Amino acid sequence: MNSIEKSGKTIEEAVDLAIEELGVTHENIEYEILEEPSKGLFGLFGGKMARVRVTVKFKDPIAVAKEFLEQVFNTMKLEVFIEKMSQEDAIVLNLRGDDLGLLIGKHGQTLDALQYLCNLAANKNAEQRVKIIIDVEDYRKRRAETLSRLALRLADKVRRRGDRIVLEPMNPHERKIIHMALQNDRRIVTYSEGDEPFRKVVIALKK
Amino acid sequence: MKELIEVIAKSLVDHPEEVSVMEETDNHTMVYKLHVATEDMGKIIGKQGRIAKALRTVVKAAAIRENVKVMVEIV
Repeated sequence: MNSIEKSGKTIEEAVDLAIEELGVTHENIEYEILEEPSKGLFGLFGGKMARVRVTVKFKDPIAVAKEFLEQVFNTMKLEVFIEKMSQEDAIVLNLRGDDLGLLIGKHGQTLDALQYLCNLAANKNAEQRVKIIIDVEDYRKRRAETLSRLALRLADKVRRRGDRIVLEPMNPHERKIIHMALQNDRRIVTYSEGDEPFRKVVIALKK
Repeated sequence: MKELIEVIAKSLVDHPEEVSVMEETDNHTMVYKLHVATEDMGKIIGKQGRIAKALRTVVKAAAIRENVKVMVEIV
């Protein structure tokens, strides 16, 4: 439902009614006046209601995401250059600048939090959801490489010793990297166990 | 810090004009009381407090830089 028509005593009233029904804010709409209200004779006869068509203006999620990040960095007094890259299923915003370690945090916690908030803000008034990945100086890329190497090394150990290995807790994205790294290994299975946020990947021999 | 909380909160809610942040000091800790419209509470707290947690994580990172201890309360 992108566009609706409403009537009211005044134009403002008609617009407000439409906004309420659409569940949006004033900034996110545009309206067209279909009929001007008129009082009619002595305010009694032949009075006409105002009629408007209100349309929701969707915003480009990537532009909103960039604006969100710029505002956040502004208040943090950080000078950050945002570099946009496209992936098959997501948009990557890679941040470059001095002293951005604080944006990563312990095990990328701050980066994940910022990414989560940015996705919420960007997709709030979007017509179609866009997945936004935020990276700092290729941190995620390097972390993915480290995790893949770790997976291969541990799989090797499992093959030699036969015992299963339980990794440290990871978020869904990092667990996926481990699973993917070993998915073509014929002798190894991987699965996750435990509950978020302590879910862990297990590497074991295929029975 | 106050501006940072405002920027994030305003980007998430439907009624940004009703977002306000009060700053208080309590024993070397800066306490920020974030107020949003009642209908927007869910948008700032999230399922199992996930959004509130993310907000606090980002604010804490900013606090490290300014060398202060912070707390964000949603009121």
